[in-house]
Amino acid sequence: MNHADHASGSSGASIFWVALRAGIVFLLVCGIVYPLVTTGISQAIMPHTANGSLVKDASGHVVGSALIGQNFADPKYFQGRVSSISYQAEASGSNNYAPSNPELLKRTQASIDAWKAANPDVPVDRVPIGLLTNSASGLDPQISPASAEVQVPRISKLTGIPAGRLRALIEDHTEGRDLGVFGEPRVNVLKLNLALQEMLGK
Amino acid sequence: MGVLQIVLVLAVLVLLVKPLGTYVYHVFSNEPNRTDRLFGPVERAVYRLIGLKRRDGMTWRRYALSFLLTNIVLVALSYLILRLQNLLPLNPNKIEGMEETLSFNTVVSFITNTNLQHYSGETGLSYFSQMAVIMMMMFTSAATGFSVAIAFVRGLTSRGRTIGNFFEDFVKAITRIFLPLATIVALVLVALGVPQTLDPTLTVTTIEGAAQHIAIGPVAALESIKHLGTNGGGFFGTNSSHPFENPTPLTNVIEIWSMWTLPASLPFVYGKFAKNQKQGWVVFGAMMTLFLAFLALIYASELRGNPALNALGMDASQGSMEGKETRFGIAQSVLFTAVTTAATTGSVNNMHDTLTPLGGLAPLAEMMLNCVFGGKGVGLVNMLMYAILGVFLAGLMVGRTPEFLGRKIEPREMKLIAIAILAHPFIILVPTAIALLTDAGRAGVTNPGFHGISQALYEMTSSAANNGSGFEGLADNTPFWNISTGIVMLLGRYVSMIAMLAVAGSLVRKTWVPETVGTFRTDNALFWGILIGTVLIIGALTFLPAVVLGPIAEHLTLR
Repeated sequence: MNHADHASGSSGASIFWVALRAGIVFLLVCGIVYPLVTTGISQAIMPHTANGSLVKDASGHVVGSALIGQNFADPKYFQGRVSSISYQAEASGSNNYAPSNPELLKRTQASIDAWKAANPDVPVDRVPIGLLTNSASGLDPQISPASAEVQVPRISKLTGIPAGRLRALIEDHTEGRDLGVFGEPRVNVLKLNLALQEMLGK
Repeated sequence: MGVLQIVLVLAVLVLLVKPLGTYVYHVFSNEPNRTDRLFGPVERAVYRLIGLKRRDGMTWRRYALSFLLTNIVLVALSYLILRLQNLLPLNPNKIEGMEETLSFNTVVSFITNTNLQHYSGETGLSYFSQMAVIMMMMFTSAATGFSVAIAFVRGLTSRGRTIGNFFEDFVKAITRIFLPLATIVALVLVALGVPQTLDPTLTVTTIEGAAQHIAIGPVAALESIKHLGTNGGGFFGTNSSHPFENPTPLTNVIEIWSMWTLPASLPFVYGKFAKNQKQGWVVFGAMMTLFLAFLALIYASELRGNPALNALGMDASQGSMEGKETRFGIAQSVLFTAVTTAATTGSVNNMHDTLTPLGGLAPLAEMMLNCVFGGKGVGLVNMLMYAILGVFLAGLMVGRTPEFLGRKIEPREMKLIAIAILAHPFIILVPTAIALLTDAGRAGVTNPGFHGISQALYEMTSSAANNGSGFEGLADNTPFWNISTGIVMLLGRYVSMIAMLAVAGSLVRKTWVPETVGTFRTDNALFWGILIGTVLIIGALTFLPAVVLGPIAEHLTLR
């Protein structure tokens, strides 16, 4: 195994030995050292985001992640988008219905009927399409400001909080486009509901 | 606002091409420069560790053998880790070992830079596998592709017998390009919200008192190299649409630049090697023209939305939001889709299966052409192949022996190029036909009608182009789909790479013909037009019938 003399590759066998050693070296460098070093630095200087941007309620209990949507079953809370996995964040996913798939129309029609039953004061043609369709991840934490706005009459009726105060709450929780241009304006549903809960508690 | 954000992303990309291209040229020109002082000692240590004593240039055969053997070693190591991951450390979520055909598909998928995923990361991989298999292969397959592209460019532009030393190129691609960039981008992503931890899945109690389990892990480290290496395999099942992989529009833009700038700067690197910058800009211009056409198609189509769905009476002014995320909206979603299929990354920030028919046609067509920027190296190589074909066609029209960069193009080169060009449609269309004709293949198709054809066609196209995105409704974790796409990925990667190295090996030894007034120029606007024409004619001729049966038929029947 005198491969050192031929290391520049003068025979197939010597190339194989270099390839084998290269494979092991880069398995260690790229597969072990690199992720562990980035983990170490991130945990040391950015522990909040590195550990999932967790959100606490007023009493200090962790109630979720600011980045991961949740299911809100109680109609007095603001609701997020349709999720085919009911916001189970151990495994992300969506229906992946094709635009021509009849199941897509059936599911959306069911969402529309549910909307009409829960929100008799707001006609469907005012409801943004985003609120009645499935997100890509099934975990979309946000809705558009208009999607929050159309829920105000229902929540106001159920909680007794005046519509004006709810609208102000939405405005406070609206994030603009990143750097003023990128992406879309949006409202984080979990943070909005936490604020709503606080308002109800008082 | 939608158009403005797209224009801004494009403008920054174009500004980055020259500085990054110059840097990449200095890495691979092997002439001494300032960065040697920083990287030189590290690289010499690596050469010692891998037993590389001399770094002589290699012939194309030796170069091909070297990269093949290295890839075989990595495949073997990774296969073992996936099968035995239940026995290995860093498995806090108690994931089982991976099944045989799925392990085969996964290692092939990652070594070929495809990153088609028939598993879901949350439930299929331990943290150790995510690191030692997935991240490791993301570095090494990208470095392999980059090295081969550089070797091809050397063959085209230099004289002598060799096209460089594979191991030297491979090591430098990792030490000088991928590792430093990946570390920086990973830390920026963590700052913007992407997790990076070894803790197991979290369990929280929501404000309604329900339990929610949140999968987490070393996401940022994977996310950065996933895009820089145009790999595309996600940490989570839903890839870059998952809020932990891509939490804000700003991370979305950073991920777009990460996957796009290196492929986009390669034509510039080629121009530097050819000692004629205009050659590089002509290739860049042709790629950008095709890209803009596809981007316009998908943007218009998604804004218009799905007529069948809009007819239900909601306020549809947002566009087609099924399968998209609120924070990205239409503009950031379609830009990501157009870039990820152009740069053959294959990460997705929206579900391609739910795109409107013409919106889904754009990514499909970009992968069929496989030369609109393209992944690590492959896109430039394919585009140069079309360039030689264009020169050949133009030469036939005026009755002259075609020349490219001062070398005569002769039967041997044209035969190799014909093999490489014909292999791509062959390994897409034949397996698609087999999938649609067999019960085992049809079992995976989950949508009725024409879209079912698109699903199978997209999966094979994505495999052949080494892209890795999917129409993810396809139930593809079955022995049929695992093995068939595995074979297609292998052929898609290695047939064209070896054929192109052979072309480079043959061109590098030719005598140069001096340029005269009669020489057909390949650095002007006329050639830009010929290049685009060649790409479209070859692409349209071979793929149009399949595309008509799938997305176009679906578009015409959707109302």
